[in-house]
Amino acid sequence: MAGLGGGLAAFGRCTHAVVRALPESLCRQALRSVAGPEVDLARAEREHQLYVGVLRGKLGLQVLELPADESLPDCVFVEDVAVVCEETALLTRPGAPSRRKEVEAMKRVLESLNLNIVEMVDENATLDGGDVLFTGREFFVGLSKRTNQRGAEILADTFKDYAVSTVPVHDSLHLKSFCSMAGPNLIAIGSSEAAQKALKTMQQMSDHRYDKLTVPDDAAANCIYLNIPSKGHVLLHRAPEEYPESAKVFEKLKDHMLIPIANTELEKVDGSLTCCSVFINKASEL
Amino acid sequence: MTTEVGSETEVKKDSEQLGPDKAKDKPEEASETPGDQKSRETSSGEAQDSSVPAPTNQSSPSSQKKEKSSPESKGISRFLPPWLKKQKSYTLAEPKDEPKKKATGEEQVVEESESQALEGVAQPRKSLEEATENRQNAKAGDREKHSISSAEIQPSKEDGKETEVEEVAEKKEEKQEEKRETKEVQTAEIKIDNIPQKSPKKIKTVQCKVMLLDGTEYSCDLEKRARGQVLFDKVCEHLNLLEKDYFGLLFYENSEQKNWLDSSKEIKRQIRSLPWIFTFNVKFYPPDPSQLTEDITRYFLCLQLRQDIVSGRLPCSFVTHALLGSYTLQAELGDHDPEEHSSDYISEFQFAPNQTQEMEEKVAELHKTHRGLTPAQADSQFLENAKRLSMYGVDLHHAKDSEGVDIMLGVCANGLLIYKDRLRINRFAWPKILKISYKRSNFYIKVRPAELEQFESTIGFKLPNHRAAKRLWKVCVEHHTFFRLLSPEQPPKAKFLTLGSKFRYSGRTQAQTRQASNLIDRPAPYFERTSSKRVSRSLDGAPMGISDQSLVRDFSATGGQAAGDKIIDLEAAGRAKLKEGGREEDESPLKTPQLEFTQDGKSLEEEIASILFSKERFGAGTSGPFAAASPGPAEGAAGEQTGAAAPGPQRHASRAEGPCTGVSDADKSSHETLDIVEEKKQAEFGIEETLVVDETNKGKMQVATDAGETCKVEHVSKKDSSSLPSDSSSSSSSSESEDEEVGEYHPHHRAIEEVIREEQEDEEDMKRKEHEENTQHVEAIPEGSKPVPVEHTQVTVEDLVHENTITVATEEKNLSEQIKQDVGEEKEEEQLKLNGDVSHVDIDVAPQLICCSEPPVVKTEMVTISDATQRTEISTKEIPIVQTETKTITYESSQLDGNAVGDTGVLVSAQTITSESISTTTTTHITKMVKGGVSETRIEKRIVITGDADIDHDEALAQAIKEAKEQHPDMSVTRVVVHKETELAEEDED
Repeated sequence: MAGLGGGLAAFGRCTHAVVRALPESLCRQALRSVAGPEVDLARAEREHQLYVGVLRGKLGLQVLELPADESLPDCVFVEDVAVVCEETALLTRPGAPSRRKEVEAMKRVLESLNLNIVEMVDENATLDGGDVLFTGREFFVGLSKRTNQRGAEILADTFKDYAVSTVPVHDSLHLKSFCSMAGPNLIAIGSSEAAQKALKTMQQMSDHRYDKLTVPDDAAANCIYLNIPSKGHVLLHRAPEEYPESAKVFEKLKDHMLIPIANTELEKVDGSLTCCSVFINKASEL
Repeated sequence: MTTEVGSETEVKKDSEQLGPDKAKDKPEEASETPGDQKSRETSSGEAQDSSVPAPTNQSSPSSQKKEKSSPESKGISRFLPPWLKKQKSYTLAEPKDEPKKKATGEEQVVEESESQALEGVAQPRKSLEEATENRQNAKAGDREKHSISSAEIQPSKEDGKETEVEEVAEKKEEKQEEKRETKEVQTAEIKIDNIPQKSPKKIKTVQCKVMLLDGTEYSCDLEKRARGQVLFDKVCEHLNLLEKDYFGLLFYENSEQKNWLDSSKEIKRQIRSLPWIFTFNVKFYPPDPSQLTEDITRYFLCLQLRQDIVSGRLPCSFVTHALLGSYTLQAELGDHDPEEHSSDYISEFQFAPNQTQEMEEKVAELHKTHRGLTPAQADSQFLENAKRLSMYGVDLHHAKDSEGVDIMLGVCANGLLIYKDRLRINRFAWPKILKISYKRSNFYIKVRPAELEQFESTIGFKLPNHRAAKRLWKVCVEHHTFFRLLSPEQPPKAKFLTLGSKFRYSGRTQAQTRQASNLIDRPAPYFERTSSKRVSRSLDGAPMGISDQSLVRDFSATGGQAAGDKIIDLEAAGRAKLKEGGREEDESPLKTPQLEFTQDGKSLEEEIASILFSKERFGAGTSGPFAAASPGPAEGAAGEQTGAAAPGPQRHASRAEGPCTGVSDADKSSHETLDIVEEKKQAEFGIEETLVVDETNKGKMQVATDAGETCKVEHVSKKDSSSLPSDSSSSSSSSESEDEEVGEYHPHHRAIEEVIREEQEDEEDMKRKEHEENTQHVEAIPEGSKPVPVEHTQVTVEDLVHENTITVATEEKNLSEQIKQDVGEEKEEEQLKLNGDVSHVDIDVAPQLICCSEPPVVKTEMVTISDATQRTEISTKEIPIVQTETKTITYESSQLDGNAVGDTGVLVSAQTITSESISTTTTTHITKMVKGGVSETRIEKRIVITGDADIDHDEALAQAIKEAKEQHPDMSVTRVVVHKETELAEEDED
C-alpha cells in the first residue's frame, strides 16, 4: 500500500488504463476552440489505436476500453471526466454541459475497479480533468472556462492528503494544454507566455521545487509519463513529425523510454495525449 | 554622564531622571570597596535567612515611593505610558540602594549566593538588578492587580511591595486607556529570569495544570511570578523530553483562540485572569521528523499528530487515516494477534474525526501487514506518512482578504500559505517576505518584487480582531526565526518607531536545537505508549482540542485560581528551585554584566551594550545544556557570562572568547555556528555603512541592530566612559503591554542584498505606520576622535569618531519637553562643534548646511491582493494609506563626513542601541572601524519625536545636538540631518 503515493518512487505507477473509442460524431460535433480543418476520422482512429496499442501491448497495461457513444462527440477524451489518485476517483462535472453524460460510463468502469468513487454533485461546480495536474506531491488545478473554483474545492476535499493550488488559465482550453508531468519531479512546460506564467504561479505556490522541461511547442508539452516496473521511466510524447523541435528536447531525456505518438487529428479538436486516458494504479490485491 | 538635566522633579522628564539618578549612584557605588560589597551580600543574605529585617526596610522605600509617585500620577504622568511610570519607580528606588535591596530580598538573596560564588563580580550589578527588579515588581504588581483580585493576605513585606506596585499599576492602567503602546525593555525581560527561580522568601505559588499529549494531566506549583520557561522546563522534565524546542505550552482564551506561552515572560502577565491551565503541544513541526534524535521526541510528535488528525486540524484521506491508524496500532499494541485482538479491539482507538466501520476494518487489515515493526519503527513510519500531508505543521488563522473574502492564513516552516476554502491560492515563502507587520486588526506582509516587477507590494489581511492579528504576527516571527535563521534575532531596540511590539522568538532555532540534539548522550529513555487509547476514551470521540477547552472552562468555573495561592516557606521553595537544575545557577551569572553597567551609572548605552553582549553569548552557548533552559537569548547569554564577566572596569577585556572557555564542548561547537552568523552580520553591516550616506536613514537601523549582535561590548563600554544619552536610559525601563497595536518584523535573511532592501523600505514603512501627525527627525552627528586604549584584539585604536543621529518624535507636548531636557539649552545647529579634544584629527569645524532635500519620495505602493494568481495581473499603482510630507535637511561638517563614511576601513564592531520613552525613540548606532591603523568610532544617534505641530522642533533639534555634544565631548559632530514628516491624510481608523 502506498500511503500518500509512497513518495516519488511510486509516481507514474499504473496497472490499468481507461480509454474510450471515438465516435463518428466527433468529426463534426466535437467541441473545438478554434475552427479548422475537419478531423480525418479514419486517421484519427488509426492514431488512437496506435495509442491504445502502446498502452496495452508495449507497456502491458490492462486497458479498459469503453465503447463510443455517438451522442457524446467528445467522449474519447476520458481524462476530463475522472481524476484518479491512488485508490480514490473523483468523477467530475465537466465544464461543457454536452459532456456531462460522459461520466456515466466512466463511473461504471471505475466502480468495477473497486476504487473509492467520489462524485461531484454540486451544480455550481465544474471541473475538467484536463485542468488537473497531479505532480505526485500536490495538485494544481487550472481555473479555466471549464473548471471553476468550486470544482477545485471539491477536488481538494476529495484528495485531502494533498495541497491543491489553483492556477489561472486564460489562453488555452486546459491547464494541461501546455504542461504535464514528464517525470517524477519534472514538469514539461510550453514556451508560450501563458505557459510560462502559469509555471511561475505553480512554482510560487509550491513548497517543492520542480525541475522543468521547456519545449518550444505548448501542445508538445502535454506528454504522458508512466513508471512501468519492467520498463522504468516511460514517456509518451508527440511525434517528431508533428513537433520536431519539441521532440528533440524530449530526446535528451536519457533515462526515459521514449515513445513518440502522433496525435494530429484529435489535436484539431483540442485533444492532447493525456486527454485520451485515465490511469489507475491498483495495488496487486488478490 | 551629563548632569545638566534640571528638574528631576518634573514628571515629564522621567527618562532623564534615570540619568541623573544613575549618575548619583555611580559615584556612590564606585566608592564602595569590595569589602562593602561583601558585607552587603551578607546582609542581604541574612535577610534571606530571616525575613524579619526585610519588611522594615522594604516599607521605607515603598512608602517613599508612594509619596513621590502619587502626586505625579495626578499630573502629567497620566499621559505617560506605563513603562515610563515603571521607570519612575525605578528612578526613585534607585537612590535607596540599601533598603531597596532588602525589599527585593527574594531575588536578591539568591543572587547573592551566586555572586558569592563569583567573588570578583562587581557589586554594581546588584543595583542594576534591583532596578530591574523594581520594574519587575511594578509589572508584576500590575498583573496581580488585574488578574488576582483574590490575592491572599501577604506578609507585611509583600504588602509594601504590592502597594508600591499597585501604584504603578494604576498609572499603567491609565496609560492603557490612552492606548499608548508600551514595550518591554530587554533588561526587564532578562531580569524576569531570576525572579521565579531564586526567591528565598515566602513566595506565593499557584497550582498549574498542564494537559499533556497523552491525555494525562500534569500539575505543579509555580511561583506566581514564574516565567513561562520555568513551567515549560518542569513539564519537559516530567516528560523526560530533551528535544524540547519543538514544543510549547498553550493557553486558551476561549475555545478558538490559543496562545503560546512566552517562555521569557511571566506567566501571569500572559494569561491574565485565565486559569493556570496549559496544554503541552508541538509548536514547530519538524519538516523531517526522521532527523529528530530521540524516539521519545518522535513519540510526542506522533501523539500531537494523532490529536491533530482526530480533531480534523490535519485533514487526510480515508486511506491515509487507515494507514496512520494502523501504524498507531502497531506502535501501541505491537503485532496483530488474532487471539488477543478481537474484532472490535480497534474501536477503542480513535483514528479519524469520523471513524467508520469500514475504516476500522481497513486499519485492522493494514495492521496485520506491519508485523515485526517495533513501536519506534511504527512511529517513524507514521511520521513519514504524516509529514507529507499538505497541512502538516500548518498553523491556520482565519482572516479576510482585501475584498472581505474569508480566507485562511497558514503559517508553516516554509512561509505563509493563503487558503480560500480548501484551496491554496497563494504562498509566500519566507525569503520572499521582506516584512511582517500588524496594526490593529490588520496583518501585513511586504513581499519582494517578483521578477520584472519594480515595486514591492504590501499585502494586507484583516484578522477578526487585534489580538488575532498580533497572534498571527507572533507565530510568523517565531516560525521564521525557528526555521530560517541560525540563531534567534535580537529583539529590536525600539528602532525608530515608538509603537510596536518588540516581540521576538527567543528560543533556539531549529538549527540550534538540531545541533544540541546531536549531543544528546543518554540511553534511549523508556516510556510507555498508551495514549491513543486513553485519548479516545477521555475524549469520547471528541477532538482533543475541544475537550481541552471544556476542561479549561470547567476549571475556571470552579474558580479561577482553584489551586489558590499558597504561601510556601520560601526557604524550602527556593532551595528546591535551585536544585532544579544547574542551569538556574548558570543563569545567574548573566546578570553580572548588566548589573555592572547600571551600577556604574554608565549610560544607558552601556547597559544596552551589555545586553547585546549577552545576546552574543547566547548564541555561543546555545547548545549548552543550560542555554537550552534559558528562555531568552539574553538570559542564556548571561548565564554563560559567569566566568567571563569581569568586574566592571575590566570587563571588556575578557569578553570576546569568554563564553566558550568555561563552557562545555557543546557550547564550543555551537559557537562555531555562531561565528558564521557573526561574520555574516558584519558583512551586512558593512553594507549598511554605505547606506548611511544616502537618505535611507531609517532603514539603517534595522540592519544596525543585526550588526549589533555581532559587536563586542568592549568597545562601547571602554570607548566612552562619558556616557550615553540620558534619554536612552529610558530604554532600560519599559514594559510591554500585551496590547501593542502594531508590530513589525523583518525577516532576517542571510543574503546581504536582502538586508539592504529591507532597510530601504523601512522609511516607507515608517510613514505608513505612524499615527502621529508630525515627525521630526533630527540627526546630529558629532564626530570626534580620541585616543583609546584598545584592550580587545590587536587593533590599536587611535581615534574615535562618534556620530550621533538623533531622531525625535513627540506625540504629546510633554514628550518634546523631555527631549529638550535631554538636549539642553542650546538651540542652534551651528553650535555643533567638535568637541574632540584628544585626537590628532581634531576637527573643529562648524557643520555646514549641505543639503536640503524635500520630499524624499517614499510613496509605497500598497497592493492588497491575496490571490497570487490575480496579483500578477494587477499592477501596483496605489499610494499608501498614509501620505506624509517629508523634508530632510542635512547639515554636515564637510571634511569629516566623507572620511567617516566613504573610506573603506575594516569594521571592527558595530552596535545599535535603541531606547525609547514616551514618544521618542533614540537609536544609537555605534560602529568601530579601523582604517589604516587608525580606529574610528562613529556614533550615530537618531531621535524620533512624534507629536503635534505645537512642538518646537527647532528647539528640540538644538537640544538634541547639544546633548549629543555633551555626551561625547571628545567627539565632533559631523552631520546633522533633520527629517520632518507630516502626515497629510488621516489614516483610516480601523
